[in-house]
Amino acid sequence: MTIASSSPPSRLPLGDAAGAGTDRRTARRAATREERGDGWLAAVFIAPALLGFTVFLLWPTLRGVYLSFTRFNLLTPAEWVGLDNYVRMVHDPIFWDSMGVTVEYVLVNIGVQTVSALAIAVLLQRLTQSAVLRGIVLTPYLMSNVVAGIVWLWILDTQLGIGNEIIAGLGFDRIPFLADETWAVPTIALINVWRHVGYTALLLFAGLMAIPNDMYEAAKVDGASEWRMFRRITMPLLRPVLAVVLIMTVIGSFQVFDTVAVTTAGGPANATNVLQYYIYGAAFGRFQFGYASAMSVALLVVLSAITVLQYRLTRAGQSDLG
Amino acid sequence: MAAVADTTTVRRVRRRITPGRALAWAVMAAIVLITLVPFYWILRTALSSNDALAAHPGDLLPVGTTTGGFERALGLQSAEEAIAQGGSGGGLRFWRYLVNSVVVSTLITVCQIFFSAMAAYAFARLRWRGREAVFGLFLAGLMVPAIFTLLPNFVLVKQLGLVDSLLGVALPTMFMTPFAVFFLRQFFMNVPREVEEAALLDGAGKVRIFFRLMLPMASTPLLTLGLLTYITAWNDYFWPLMVSYSDSSRVLTVALAIFRAQTPQTGYDWSGLMAATLIAALPMLVLFGCFARRIVGSISFTGIK
Repeated sequence: MTIASSSPPSRLPLGDAAGAGTDRRTARRAATREERGDGWLAAVFIAPALLGFTVFLLWPTLRGVYLSFTRFNLLTPAEWVGLDNYVRMVHDPIFWDSMGVTVEYVLVNIGVQTVSALAIAVLLQRLTQSAVLRGIVLTPYLMSNVVAGIVWLWILDTQLGIGNEIIAGLGFDRIPFLADETWAVPTIALINVWRHVGYTALLLFAGLMAIPNDMYEAAKVDGASEWRMFRRITMPLLRPVLAVVLIMTVIGSFQVFDTVAVTTAGGPANATNVLQYYIYGAAFGRFQFGYASAMSVALLVVLSAITVLQYRLTRAGQSDLG
Repeated sequence: MAAVADTTTVRRVRRRITPGRALAWAVMAAIVLITLVPFYWILRTALSSNDALAAHPGDLLPVGTTTGGFERALGLQSAEEAIAQGGSGGGLRFWRYLVNSVVVSTLITVCQIFFSAMAAYAFARLRWRGREAVFGLFLAGLMVPAIFTLLPNFVLVKQLGLVDSLLGVALPTMFMTPFAVFFLRQFFMNVPREVEEAALLDGAGKVRIFFRLMLPMASTPLLTLGLLTYITAWNDYFWPLMVSYSDSSRVLTVALAIFRAQTPQTGYDWSGLMAATLIAALPMLVLFGCFARRIVGSISFTGIK
């Protein structure tokens, strides 16, 4: 598809900004266009994006690291305190608690979501390739986390929610899903599975579509069962895609905030005080921007480590599909 | 031939009645049910009155049917009226936030896609010193989780005096995302060079080529990317929560969370809350209704990089 960049460049002097200058220079420029290029024009084209990148991505990233070494309450200038924030973090039981809560959340969320998404993707591949079903499965993804959180808060309401009505109707005790210390984290994890599973399933489905159908046909001729085909064809060939999707979803999962903020606000008794919620509280509740930045850096380090580890373990870069 | 056709039919019939397939269809049906029932439940609750909801929590149809929930969400009821019907009387006006959400999401989408397309063209087709280095930097930007830049960006937006303004909400994602640049660069690189060279020979400048040739050719990926950007911008909560404090810049997600936090003495105003939820969700559902095929199709090439 791509045309090799060695295709002959146009030798005509062109009416763009790069052609400005004396005649001699213009001529030389046109002749060596391939090497000299479209300097000014490129500068204009790249300027807005480069500005946005520098000001709102690069600079904040560096500043975030810098702020983690300061005491900063937003009103007075940041004051360098060295490693104080990190020392404090290591000795902060609530930080470790919220790290634990976050890990628990990620395990439940990613565990259930990956298995369900894989099941849905395989059903969409092997049972029916209906585009309508793919659309339906994706619908919750169109909602915000806030909408998903509030709807399930209502459905799972202990007294009036239809979920608990059904549980009570079946003769069980009502479950205070989001008000109970044990239930709250898994419940939030599952609410987010509801919103994201269709999206994840479609990512995996795209990966499944790359597996040649002949393989299944051949296996079928040999009398292989669907389960056997799943084990011997689908899983090995989907592995690279699965690995990439896992890395993406785990990184997303660690950043959970919205759903917690609208359903439990970190409660009951800090049971759902996930890291991002704690960081937000430190910054906007107690104006400890330095400490909040240090915890953000910690999260960044954890995410990077997980990415590298997962990449290694799952050999994400390699494909068995030759 | 007939024999082959026969065996296919036989096999298809046999496949249809296996318990495995029946079970698979049952699972699929359950998935569809779990996916869609919450949407019905929003509608059912929004059309019910709070008193009736408390009395008949299990009824499948709206109970005590009323539009009171929507009136409260849109701020059409007086505070006394709202409190009498189980609202908080907090005076949120969702039409206002709807407008704010539309403005912010449109601003982000249009600017981000346009600037990213310009940059992508510069990376794909213009020759300039430092091109590879800058592109490498952009790619590295993909690795930074968005959440990490939120706190420093808040500090910056505050210093710029843009807190609590629509521009402040839109600003950080208005110029580019590394992904949008990367994605569009891929597309531009695949446009055959001959197309461009023919235009150059006709005397068209590169600016003209970009606007008259490249952008129209890229309309499909631009629309796809635009839809995804719009959905993401519309659903964002964390950043707007940080920067918007009042009606002037409050978007739907933030307003919805505030509505949920304003719990009246008597318990939640579920009817009003679900009406507000529906208002927040409906534009995305309509968008999905119009572009479902494209949005579903877009997942495959955006996710796997």
